[in-house]
Amino acid sequence: MTSAWEATAAPANGTPDPGWAGRTGPRRSAIGTALPRSPTFLVGAAILLFWIVDAACWRLLVPYDPQRIFPTTLRAPSGEHLLGTDNLGRDVLSRLLSGASTVLTVAPAATALGMVGGVALGLATGYWRGLLDDVAMRIVDAVLAFPLVIIAVLVLTTLGSSEFDVIVLIGVTFTPLVARTVRSAVLAERNLEYVASARLAGESAPRIMISEILPNIVGPIVVEGTIRLGYAIFTSATLSFLTLGIQQPSPDWGLTISLGQIYLQVAPWMVLFPALALATLVVAVNLVADGLSQAVRA
Amino acid sequence: MTAGDQGVPVLPDPPPTPTLEVADLSVSYRRGARLCTVVSDLSFAIPPGSAYGLVGESGCGKTTVAMSLMRYLPDNAVVGAGSRISFAGADLLSAGEKTLRAWRGNRIAMVYQDPGSALNPSMHVAAQVAEIYQTHAGMSRSDAMAAAEQMLAKVRIDDPTAVMRRYPHQLSGGQQQRVMIAMALGTNPDLLILDEPTTGLDATVEAEVLDLVEALRAEFATAVLFISHNLAVVARICDQVGVLYAGRLIEQGPAAQMFRAPRHPYTLGLLRSAPRRGRTKATGPLDSIPGSLPPLGSDPPGCPYAARCPIAVPRCHTELPELVPVGPHRLSRCIRHDEIDRIAPAPSTPSSPVAGEPEVLLRISNLTKRYRSGGYEVVAVSDVSFEVNRGEVFGLVGESGSGKSTLARCVVGMIDPSEGELRFEDVPVSVRDRRRSRGLRKKIQMVFQNPDTALNPRHSVGHILRRAVALLDGTVHGGARDERVAELAASVRLEPGHLLMRPGALSGGLKQRVAIARAFAGAPALVLCDEPVSALDVSVQAAILNLLVVLQAARGVSYIFISHDMSVVRYLADRVGVMYLGQLVEIGTTDAVFAPPYHPYTEALLAAAPSLDQAVGRDRIRPRGNSSSQPAPPSGCRFHPRCPRQLGHICRTEEPPWQLTDAGNRYRCHIAPAELADLQRASAEVVAAPKSAR
Repeated sequence: MTSAWEATAAPANGTPDPGWAGRTGPRRSAIGTALPRSPTFLVGAAILLFWIVDAACWRLLVPYDPQRIFPTTLRAPSGEHLLGTDNLGRDVLSRLLSGASTVLTVAPAATALGMVGGVALGLATGYWRGLLDDVAMRIVDAVLAFPLVIIAVLVLTTLGSSEFDVIVLIGVTFTPLVARTVRSAVLAERNLEYVASARLAGESAPRIMISEILPNIVGPIVVEGTIRLGYAIFTSATLSFLTLGIQQPSPDWGLTISLGQIYLQVAPWMVLFPALALATLVVAVNLVADGLSQAVRA
Repeated sequence: MTAGDQGVPVLPDPPPTPTLEVADLSVSYRRGARLCTVVSDLSFAIPPGSAYGLVGESGCGKTTVAMSLMRYLPDNAVVGAGSRISFAGADLLSAGEKTLRAWRGNRIAMVYQDPGSALNPSMHVAAQVAEIYQTHAGMSRSDAMAAAEQMLAKVRIDDPTAVMRRYPHQLSGGQQQRVMIAMALGTNPDLLILDEPTTGLDATVEAEVLDLVEALRAEFATAVLFISHNLAVVARICDQVGVLYAGRLIEQGPAAQMFRAPRHPYTLGLLRSAPRRGRTKATGPLDSIPGSLPPLGSDPPGCPYAARCPIAVPRCHTELPELVPVGPHRLSRCIRHDEIDRIAPAPSTPSSPVAGEPEVLLRISNLTKRYRSGGYEVVAVSDVSFEVNRGEVFGLVGESGSGKSTLARCVVGMIDPSEGELRFEDVPVSVRDRRRSRGLRKKIQMVFQNPDTALNPRHSVGHILRRAVALLDGTVHGGARDERVAELAASVRLEPGHLLMRPGALSGGLKQRVAIARAFAGAPALVLCDEPVSALDVSVQAAILNLLVVLQAARGVSYIFISHDMSVVRYLADRVGVMYLGQLVEIGTTDAVFAPPYHPYTEALLAAAPSLDQAVGRDRIRPRGNSSSQPAPPSGCRFHPRCPRQLGHICRTEEPPWQLTDAGNRYRCHIAPAELADLQRASAEVVAAPKSAR
């Protein structure tokens, strides 16, 4: 860590610039005032909130038990079955509403895991630099070079595929990606004099990372977390679609789409509605991410 | 009197058709549902060929004025209803986009503060300058190239043909700003706007750019609007000066008269708060303006300056004064403008210097710091040795890149020196901060240049100080710690209420007080001050310097005070070291270093500093070129390529010896003290004579 600190501390010889003294950065207050006024954020948050409520209380919303089998299979949408029935005669609407809960458990849990690991790794590599940083970043590059799906296929086919496995898999693969973002935010902060002052006062390294630097990079971390959530939803749906993740008879959207594709010609509603649901969820999360990142940058 | 009553102040005998006439300009910014007024009822005129200076501190609306003239205001800006800007008789505010495009860059040109970011880094200088001629004069490419080269020669660029082929990053800051000026003047504009054109530059480079602007003004007969926070710079360039405070013009008049006899308390305060020649900390504190600038858009009902004004009466707080004529061509927005002379300067309270044998606190021996950067080895600090005595202020001056900050960082333990030794209180210091004992850490502390980044924006002032006390002062715990924090805050004149605030809610001056308090948390013996006032507004600088003097006297600490500002160092320091390209080139007591014979580099620094003290010559001595951008230092004397007193062969080949003068200062030069003193006195007289006659 010695050499790295020196290299960055050296060119800080400042030229005087009284022009921008006294101006204070918007940093925190702007986020609080900008978000409620951002239509991007509000629309995204509304859709997301709908799906979260649905995932939590789908039992109150569904017209039928999602596993109940009706005698009429592959029935087109009608007054009785608003979105039709599937090949086994189950109500598509009920399965759609109940299917949100798996994706909204797996994706946030995986994201949280990736964020915790990534923030810790990013803080350590960005603050200490040196050998740790070099090694960790080469590993990140290696992970980035592998398509995620290939890693997933390898891991899930050998380890088996439960909800827990999917969470750990996505969480672990996200860790280096998050670490990279956090690291670059840390690099910008660690050269500011408040970090030098803390070091000169004898503050310990973990305390500088957690108490001094971390509060100042919350913005980029939150944005990264939201973006990761979108990817996690997408990835878990992909794995379900490849029948590598959540297994039957779960009403999970990715799985439903996968099973429904052979009936695409005769019963397109079996695929269309879960696909639309998935799309609205991913778009909603991305809108929230956009709104947040605009507010953080403002 | 009548002119003021009309609301539109008119100069007594307005010139026929001014190039630029601004009348009642008001600009506000929309912030959510609120409108923040940044410029209010501003009126001024610039006749063809004359220069108007707009002076003010940060946030007073200077740049907004410039942007209004270019019609480059951001989308959330609202120009007030009664505002008028006429450019060469035509209405600029109602001009269409097409007309504006024809005017901008062609008839109205602008030079920005940071030339490094105003030039396109991916284009050759040639292409950028030639583009002006191609788009505005419709020249062919080869004609434009020829014209560009001619223009570069006109802005005194040494080798225009070579510079044409370079990219902006290959030029020094001064050269970049010359290129910007060349581009601005390329189309022979009617109006040239210079927005803080020298603010980011070193004093020696600033002096060159100002020389150039002065010379070009005569040559091109362009009307100039010169915007700056620096009174001395404006005084040098401009005929008329307007002082802005909180978006309002508070005084206007001919530069020379106004700075000699200001007619507004704010102008007077600004003039007095700059350390002047002959004033040192021993002769008394600097005049300072209490308080700070009103927050943007606060728009108090009375005079915006009333809260800080020493002669404010109750009426000042309730009623906005009119701009009234106070003499030929002069206006002032003060109801007590005829009583300005009665404002007493700060009393001079001569203090006796600390008696007794000096005790060496810090001894730096042969300190060298090298870096590897891109295959090159850069020597940032080269074989520097000096001592700092207990209770003294050691000033360290030099241009950017001279190694002064690197030296400070070695002393404080942020970086390891490559070679050399540090002894503190006669004990060798192991250099890394992590290996330093707590006892040593609390004895050597540092105050940084930029208070905005030196304080964690997420912590309250109270939290910041409590942490510092907890880490640096091991003697207090629990409730006593809070008392200690309160004491510390009081010692830097912070109010108890400030402890609850976050740094973002404080002004620059208050933030720097917090940073100073933090450095003093554990009874330090040595505080390194790295340009502690250069990021602050002029009006709060003096108060911070006074505070540093008071703390030093009360606690008997030593400072290593790093600054590019010679007048500040002269005021504060007991002894001074001058650094050039990593080397110490002169060292001695302040009086000795600031009087001939001095090192030619010291001479150049002194000459370059813009000063309101007109009597002393300052023009002739200019170092040539720029110090940075050379990977390896020059052979022989490092200063020889720029030295105005270069002797010849010996300077290029032999490293100069230390010369000891009668006054006791030492400098590194081949010219002997007696000879150098004669040369330097002679050139000072040559310059002084025509100045005083003018």
